[in-house]
Amino acid sequence: MNGAGIIKGMIETARNFVGSYHDKARLTTVQYPEEKLPPVENARTIPFLVFDGDEAMAGLRCTACQICEKECPPQCIYIIKDPVKKPDYVGKMQIQPKVFDIDISVCMSCGICVEVCPFDAIKMDQVFELSTKDRFGALLLDKTQLAKPNDYFVKLHKTEASEIDVRRDDEKRKAEAAAAAKAAAPKPPAAPGGAK
Amino acid sequence: MIAPSATLELGESGEPQLLEVSLGPQHPSTHGVFRMDVSLDGETVVKLKPVFGYLHRNHEKIAEKCSYLGSIPYTDRLDYICSLTNNWAYAMTVEKLAGLGVPERAEYIRVILSELTRLINHSALAGFLLQDMGALGTPLMYAFREREKILDLFESLTGARMMCNYMRFGGCRCDLPPGWIEQTKNLVANFPKFLDEFESLLTGNEILRARTEGVGVLTPQLAVNAGVTGPMLRATGVNYDIRKVDQYGVYGRFKFRVPLGERGDVFDRYMIRILEMRESLKILEQALRDIPAGPIIDPKAKLRNLRPKAGEAYGRIEGPKGELGFYLISDGGPNPYRYRIRPPSLINLTILEDMCLGRTIADAVVILGSVDIVLGEVDR
Amino acid sequence: MSGLHQILVWIGEITGIIVVFGSCFALTTIAERKILGRMQNRFGPNRVGPWGLLQPLADGLKMITKEDIVPFSADKTLHFLAPLVLTVPIWLAFAVLPFGRNMSAIDLDAGILFFFAIGSASELAVFMAGWSSQNKYSLVGAMRAIAQMISYEVPLVLSTVPVLMLAGSLSLNDIVAAQGTHTYLGLACWNVFTPWGLAGFLLFLIAATAESNRSPFDLPEGESEIIAGFLTEYSGFKYALFFLGEYLGLFAMTGMAVTLFLGGWHAPFSWLEWVPSWLWFGVKFGALIFLFIWVRATLPRLRLDQLLNFSWRFLVPLCLINLLVAAVWFWTRGWNSVPALLIRWLLGAAFIVLPWHWLGQALRGPLPPPRKYTYAE
Repeated sequence: MNGAGIIKGMIETARNFVGSYHDKARLTTVQYPEEKLPPVENARTIPFLVFDGDEAMAGLRCTACQICEKECPPQCIYIIKDPVKKPDYVGKMQIQPKVFDIDISVCMSCGICVEVCPFDAIKMDQVFELSTKDRFGALLLDKTQLAKPNDYFVKLHKTEASEIDVRRDDEKRKAEAAAAAKAAAPKPPAAPGGAK
Repeated sequence: MIAPSATLELGESGEPQLLEVSLGPQHPSTHGVFRMDVSLDGETVVKLKPVFGYLHRNHEKIAEKCSYLGSIPYTDRLDYICSLTNNWAYAMTVEKLAGLGVPERAEYIRVILSELTRLINHSALAGFLLQDMGALGTPLMYAFREREKILDLFESLTGARMMCNYMRFGGCRCDLPPGWIEQTKNLVANFPKFLDEFESLLTGNEILRARTEGVGVLTPQLAVNAGVTGPMLRATGVNYDIRKVDQYGVYGRFKFRVPLGERGDVFDRYMIRILEMRESLKILEQALRDIPAGPIIDPKAKLRNLRPKAGEAYGRIEGPKGELGFYLISDGGPNPYRYRIRPPSLINLTILEDMCLGRTIADAVVILGSVDIVLGEVDR
Repeated sequence: MSGLHQILVWIGEITGIIVVFGSCFALTTIAERKILGRMQNRFGPNRVGPWGLLQPLADGLKMITKEDIVPFSADKTLHFLAPLVLTVPIWLAFAVLPFGRNMSAIDLDAGILFFFAIGSASELAVFMAGWSSQNKYSLVGAMRAIAQMISYEVPLVLSTVPVLMLAGSLSLNDIVAAQGTHTYLGLACWNVFTPWGLAGFLLFLIAATAESNRSPFDLPEGESEIIAGFLTEYSGFKYALFFLGEYLGLFAMTGMAVTLFLGGWHAPFSWLEWVPSWLWFGVKFGALIFLFIWVRATLPRLRLDQLLNFSWRFLVPLCLINLLVAAVWFWTRGWNSVPALLIRWLLGAAFIVLPWHWLGQALRGPLPPPRKYTYAE
């Protein structure tokens, strides 16, 4: 019959119209900023640096190995090593970055820096309300702006963070046990004129 | 509002004037920055020249400086609607080049994600085709409502909705989070209902039929000669689906059919895509049922400093738009010597003129919509 | 003092019409966007004022404060006059519509004639706009728009002819009064409850959609492929005037449809006559506007040649056949029993449905064999 297809189409539209008043599936708008979608654990926007403890610069996990700088596809990470070393979470002296800048206007949120970091020092953040009026300077974040505590990391990526924490606690305990064993062990007698 | 430029030229012997129109880079129908220089005789198209390059981003040259791993996020941005199939095509080529194997679970995950990508691409296309025809966005909104559910799945797995960056050489980046398979199964179970609603809205609609039947007919001989692949080729009746021909990945294990059209016009291409969505749902059901446990990346695969031996490889997949191929030449270094992409949208565009000749300008827009181009792929 | 009294009454009526239909225009713009939004699974505008009700105010302010650009080589007088030529005649057309009992501004003996004549005068504005813009695209777009509007004038007027024949008068008040009788269960004898009335109503609605340039006939105003139509060179308040004129045309057509076919200000049942008559008019008016918005949300656009074919090869023959059906209905007007009524309806329906089917097939051309999709394994 002529016009049957049009009538069917109109019934479909009417069903959506009526359904939008009582069925959540037919009115899927989330009215931002009053309503926000719950964050997804794996979501990634820009990177951030993780620090342990309370002091950002003292607890930074980053050792300025520059692997993330090399692997970053748009090359938006700028690292300069610091000649002064600092102790890390097991007590050894480690290199730290003097300058660690990320240009978030260039960053394409690929997450490759996170994948290649051997020290779990850089992770993906989920902030997206990043707009500023300054086009260039405000979008180049330095290490103080990038550093966020481990508790924040745990809140964002619970499963990953808990695995990392378990591993690091483990290593810390082993290092402390090894240091204690070394301190308690008797010193070997100094051989007279022995080769050192 | 576009600013069209028009010149009226009088023929030498005072024959009818041809009106030259430039359907400019800012297009009324949103397929990206694409330009068609059309010469009109009254209302009929006499000559059509596609002009592109407005989105050229030097992808192939950048890949010669980036490492193999670093090129993966750039492949996301080729055909930005279907980022996971781009990733797979590139990963497959590098695996061929470097001689890496892929564990079974990773293959199943790749198939699942690729078929989900096919679903989102075809629903977006159906919506946009109707938007071009003036249906004011209603079918577009319905299609996008379903697409959002799939994009949420992608976000919970890969971290991003569109630029997924998920496939790695030798497998996948990370494993499926708990509950993901159940969510996907739910989605696959509910999707046919949406397809039925969509079809009842559109497929019987007389106005849609009047505007698309007989418009933009493509003969099988011309399609094969021009190198057209994908749903456009299958709508003309040629049986060529790389999933069946190459049986890459684990596609050989799934039972599914390949719909073939008859007349090769715009309506056939639209219907073929709807039918392909139904077949994709079948593949998804089987894959979600059979996915094994196991590692998701080849233990021999290196993340950094991959240096495949010198040689060349061509890897291709059946992307939602056609045959997406990557051709890599390696000279043993950390970057490829030559990195070339076979973009299906570009190759499918080459016969745009042949399809549009003799039709009115209104049809040219609808035909362009049915070719299904994404400018990120055409211009790279 | 009756002269002054008369003038005061006229001023009151004019102000009333302008206020009521002006606010109707504002409400319709926001209602359209919200209803379209709900049909598309989203909210319409809801930020400006509660439920977005102040949105027309925001739009109006925006339009007024925009820069008014006139092309350098345009014909300035015509360019300026075109929106006025569109809007002013449409306001005049509201003068003859009866909004309620004893509520038509002017009771002309040839009310319908006046209405259609005035409505056609506003089509000139489209051509003036296209011509004066000195833009080849505006001109071509305007020509297409004129072709569409002229083609659809014919079914528009022809579909009302059965009503005039059976009411025996051109005056709109008489036509409404002729629908004032009641039959079984107090059901009012609206024209739409007869086979010729139903067919005429549908034909009138289709032609009215085309006359007001609404989807699916919005080729002149939508992104008509490359040409933004005759509205290309208009910005700011003149654009708002075109918009206003278009919506007012829609309101006038709807008012006419309610008057001719839906019984004007009569209630549907005789025991509901205590509700004020203008309220009934308003309810029917609102229902028809909702129908127009509903159609706009659903259907894609027709191509120009398909549009013109549809009018001349489908609507006009059906309108002429409708006259025959009305004649048969009139000839059998003595038959009052229920089975006789059934036969009257079947006769009328047969005379309409069969040509509809055949004309539709002729329009579509020889039907190609149904498409089969083969599957390869």
